[in-house]
Parts: sequence; C-alpha cells; structure tokens
Amino acid sequence: MQTSELETGRKAISTGGAWELRLYVAGQTAKSLAAFANLKRICDEHLTGQYTIEVIDLLKNPTLAKGDQILAIPTLVRRLPNPMRKIIGDLSNTERVLVGLDVRPSEELNHA
Amino acid sequence: MKAKAKRNAEPVSEALEKAAMGIPGLDEITGGGLPKGRPTLICGSAGCGKTVLSMEFLVRGAVEQGEPGVFMAFEETEEDLTKNVASLGFNLRTLTAQKKVVVDYVHIERSEIEETGEYDLEGLFIRLGHAIDSIGAKRVVLDTIEALFVSLPNEAILRAELRRLFRWLKDKGVTAIITAERGQEAFTRHGLEEYVADCVILLDHRINDQISTRRLRVVKYRGSIHGTNEYPFMIGKEGVSVLPITSLGLEHAASELRISSGVPRLDAMLGGKGYYRGSSVLVSGTAGSGKSSLAAAFVDAAARRGERCLYFAFEESQSQILRNMRSIGIDLEPAVRAGLVQFHAARPTLCGLEMHLLEIHDAIRKLKPKVVVIDPVTNLMSTGTGNEVKSMLTRLIDCFKTEQITAFFTSLTSGESAPEQTEVGVSSLMDTWLLARNIEANGERNRGLYVLKSRGMPHSNQIREFVLSSQGIQLLDVYVGGDTLLTGSARLAQESREKAAASQRQQEIARRSRELEREGQAIEAQIATLRAGLEAKAEQFKLEIAQDSRRQTALLEAEMKIGRSRMADSAMGLGGKHKPQRNGV
Repeated sequence: MQTSELETGRKAISTGGAWELRLYVAGQTAKSLAAFANLKRICDEHLTGQYTIEVIDLLKNPTLAKGDQILAIPTLVRRLPNPMRKIIGDLSNTERVLVGLDVRPSEELNHA
Repeated sequence: MKAKAKRNAEPVSEALEKAAMGIPGLDEITGGGLPKGRPTLICGSAGCGKTVLSMEFLVRGAVEQGEPGVFMAFEETEEDLTKNVASLGFNLRTLTAQKKVVVDYVHIERSEIEETGEYDLEGLFIRLGHAIDSIGAKRVVLDTIEALFVSLPNEAILRAELRRLFRWLKDKGVTAIITAERGQEAFTRHGLEEYVADCVILLDHRINDQISTRRLRVVKYRGSIHGTNEYPFMIGKEGVSVLPITSLGLEHAASELRISSGVPRLDAMLGGKGYYRGSSVLVSGTAGSGKSSLAAAFVDAAARRGERCLYFAFEESQSQILRNMRSIGIDLEPAVRAGLVQFHAARPTLCGLEMHLLEIHDAIRKLKPKVVVIDPVTNLMSTGTGNEVKSMLTRLIDCFKTEQITAFFTSLTSGESAPEQTEVGVSSLMDTWLLARNIEANGERNRGLYVLKSRGMPHSNQIREFVLSSQGIQLLDVYVGGDTLLTGSARLAQESREKAAASQRQQEIARRSRELEREGQAIEAQIATLRAGLEAKAEQFKLEIAQDSRRQTALLEAEMKIGRSRMADSAMGLGGKHKPQRNGV
C-alpha cells in the first residue's frame, strides 16, 4: 500500500468519465488511508479511465457531513451515476464494494 | 448519601449540579433538573411524548437558562419538527436564526448502504461536535439514536461507538438527553440504559377504562434524591406539565376578605359574612339536593359584584343550566352576555383527567376569573383513579389558591354511602364544606343544609331547611321540637298550628281584658252609688242640723219672749237665776 499523505479536496483524482465518487474521511486514520488505497485499486481495476474520486476530510470541512448524511467514517458515496449509493467501511472487501457500487454486470451479481 | 443540589445553597463540592428543565413539576421531582453535563435517558413507547419533552428541555434551556442547545433528530426532518413543536408554542425558526438552537436531521437509508470492513461513527461525532461548537451549546438531544440500530448493520461497532459517544458527550460537558424506545423486558429496546446510567426517566401512555393518561417516572438518578412515584403528566398548548404532589408548597397568602355566598341566610350561617376569598368550598349531597343551585347563586352574586366567573359543567349544557336557574329566580344570562360568566360544558369522558385539568388551567389563564365552579367534581373523578385524581385535584386547588380564586366544587354522593364521605377524600383539601341532604319524613322529601366545616370562621351548627322557589334560594329555620325536626309540610302544619294557638291566645287576652274592663265599670258604678248614698246622708244630716239650729233659735226666742212677758229680773242677777231655768226646759 502506497500510503503517505492523503490528498484531499475537490477532484483529488480524476480520470474523467461517468463515475463520480466521493470518499469521506476524518483525518489521517488507518481506516481512512486503507479505504482510499482500496478504492483507488478497485477503480483502477474496474473503472479504468472513467472515474473521479473526491476525498473530503470532515475534520477540515465539518459542515459537509450534513449534505450527504455522513455518519460512518469512512464512507464512500457514489454520486454518479444515479441513484446515490453509499458504502461504509474501509472497502477491504472488493466484492462487496463492487456490489455496492453496482459495477458488476447483473448476471455476475446474481451469480455472486 | 446527601447530594440534593440546591441552587441557591453554598456550592457543596460533592453536590451534583443540575440543569433546570423549566418544565412545571418535573424540576420538583428531580430536585432541580437533569444532571448537568451528563447524559440522561428518556425512554417510552411510541407517542408517549419523548420528543416533546426533550424539545421543551432544549427550548426552555435556550430561552430561560441561556443555554443554547442542539437537537439531533433521527426520525423527523427539521421542517416536520418545526411544525410539530409550533403547536406547543415553540418557534424553532426564530430560535435557530438567533443561534440559540440548532436542529440537525440525521438520516440514513438502509437500502442505499453497503458495508465493507471496518468503520466508526466519527462522522456523527464531527457533525454533533460542529453543531455544538457553532452555537456554544450546553444542551444536546439525540432523538432517537436507536434509529441507528435499524440503519447500521453492524451492531458490535454501533454499540462500541455509542459507548464512546456518551463518554464524549460527558467530556464535552453538555447536558444531554438521549431518547429510546421502550423495550419488552429492558427499559429500552436496544439496552441503551447500559451506557447512560446517570439518569433514566420512563414515560408511559396508559389506557384505563378507555381513557388515556400519560405518566412519568424517574427510574434512576445517580447521586440525587428524586421522586420515585409515577406522576401523571400532560402535553398541552404550552408543552409538558407534570403534576407531582410534592410541588405543593403551602405558601399561598390567605385572604381576610369575605364574599357573599349569594344566599343571605347562608352568609349568616357562616359567621355573617360568607366565604373567604380564595378559599375552596365544597357542597356535597345526593342527587337533587340543590348543589348546582347553590353554585348558581354564588356565581350570580359574584357577577353582581362585577367579578368574572368560570363555570365548568360536567353534567348539563350551558343553556340547560341557564334555563333551570331561571326557574329558581337566578338569571345568569345578562352576565353571560356581558362576558362576566363563562361556561365550559363538557362530558367528563370526552378526554382524560389531565386534559380536563389542562383545559381548566387554560381557561383560568385566559379569563382570569375570581370565582370558579366545578360542577360536579365527582364526575372528573370517574375519569381517573384513586391517587391520581387526588393529586391532580390537589394541584388544581393549589393553583386556585395561588391565584386567589374562590373555588366552588359540588360533589355528588351516592345514596348509600355516608353523606360525610366524598369519594376521593377531597374534603380535607376544602376550607368550607356544606352538606346538602334530603330529609325524608312524613312521606315527603325536603332539602336540608348545614355547614359541616368552615375553617377560620364561626359558623352555625344548625340545620336549615333549604327551599328552592321562583324567588330564589331561601334558608328557613327548621322546627326542632322534642326529638324530631320538622321540614316541608310538617313544618307548615306546625307553623299553622302555632299560628292558631297564637291567635287563640290573643283572643283570650282580649276577652280577659274586656272582662276586666266590665268589672271595673261595675265597681265604678257601685262606688258611685255608695258615694251618692253618702252624699244623700250628708245632705240629710246638714238639713237636720239646720232644722235643729232653727229650732234652737226659735226656742230661745220663745223663751225670751216668755221672759219678757213675765217681766223677770232679767236686768239684775240675770245669770244666776236664768240658767237653771233654761236647763230645766
């Protein structure tokens, strides 16, 4: 895991495309770092070139927690495509993240 | 363990500081409020008033105590909440604008959440922390945090985080209320009492005989004395009001002023001046003994003095009362039109006792009456049970006394029970107790009235006959002769008997005086006759004397004539010779 400082703020990573993701963290905790790493890996594998990840540190912007109704940390929010989906946790279970993001084709999902 | 915090007392280092709720009654039960800087758990089933109670705690804290507050809602949105509590007179929008209250709606849709791996609730902490810091909140409400158990799948994490949350709240030094649903066996469905152990308040909404009553109990209050009973409470137009008996400070000023009962003879029975202002008067009696009529007379008298009166009727409608009272010569209609007398007629079973009392409180607050009639108070009792009724009435009477309202209660006693017995023993709360009773004798039923007690004034111990006629209420002396008292027609018969006897006596006197007069006249006549006789005799006697003297004179002349004719030596030795001669005649 390549972990240093988590880059936060708008459009932390953008490869363009239809997937707009937002990761809510609270400071540089192990869970947050792990979640970011996991997310990046999954996106690179499954959504190559079509995603945007925005990392929001609630310690810096506490008011933003209200907008997306964030309670759990870390929380990944799929803002686009609609409808909104939320995945809470460190995203360590790739299968579940893909299900949560609704990335896998439906027949595979059913199979899983 | 003596830890009851007194706000004005010297700060005892060990004493628990309290955050006043500002809710009437509840502060008395908890000895000053909730534990300051600690979380309190309020649990109860759906619709029992958790949200209202906690919202009132927050709003009153912000407005009255200068302690801003954060309301974190898990079930209702800000808009809904604002609307819902507006009916209690809380304007959340203004308070929010003034930065006194922050309402934060937290919502998670289970269906849109997927869970993978480790997480915590730092987001909630940050949100709450931010809200607290933004207005410098001293009070926090989480309503109801149990919603999280539905939204978040991992209970182990949730429990750990809740434990951390409550500790965090304590560290923050905020006085918090956490609401929770009532569980089947435990206080709360998810066992939150494990984490919030300082103060637990249980709310209940029970239905007795199809009438619901809200109740509140402080189950636990660590480090403080508290009332342990179940106390009825109500949610009215001004929020929550708890009715603890302990709130009865007997501190009201007692008035020396006296007001008429509306029945002159009754005033006379009560030391000549009537009731004390601000006292409570109870009239008890069986059906048809004239209780309402006494109430109406009292109201009428008050209205004539220009005082506002409230009449709570639980048996008759306003127009029925007006009509019935007109038949005994009491016309309340002008006073009603002038707004001096207000009727509140309702069936007692319309709502629970608490709602009735609330209505009474409300009406009193609006009209500010000097006189209140509750007719009959026994009907209110049918809506509650035992202690609850007594405590509520105690509270009500206390309210009347503090406001210097003279309260007039009528109480219906059943025929079988002793007339001195009122159903909930409210009589001990009353200052003046009149007993109206039916006296059955000689095949008829008459009304009697006496004063059973009247605190602080001399009062008659006699029974009076109580007559209702088109001229109004009259109290008449009953005839107490020998070992019976006579009322009604027996009294009338006795009256006419006495009248007859009196007139007979009068005739006798007249006759005797005539007789005497006659006798006197006869004697006078006799005296006159005797006097006439005497006068006649005296006349006769005078006549005789006169004759005698004439005779003497004549005799002397004759003698002298004889002497002269004899040529006696009358000139010489006249005396010596003369006298024996004359004596010899």
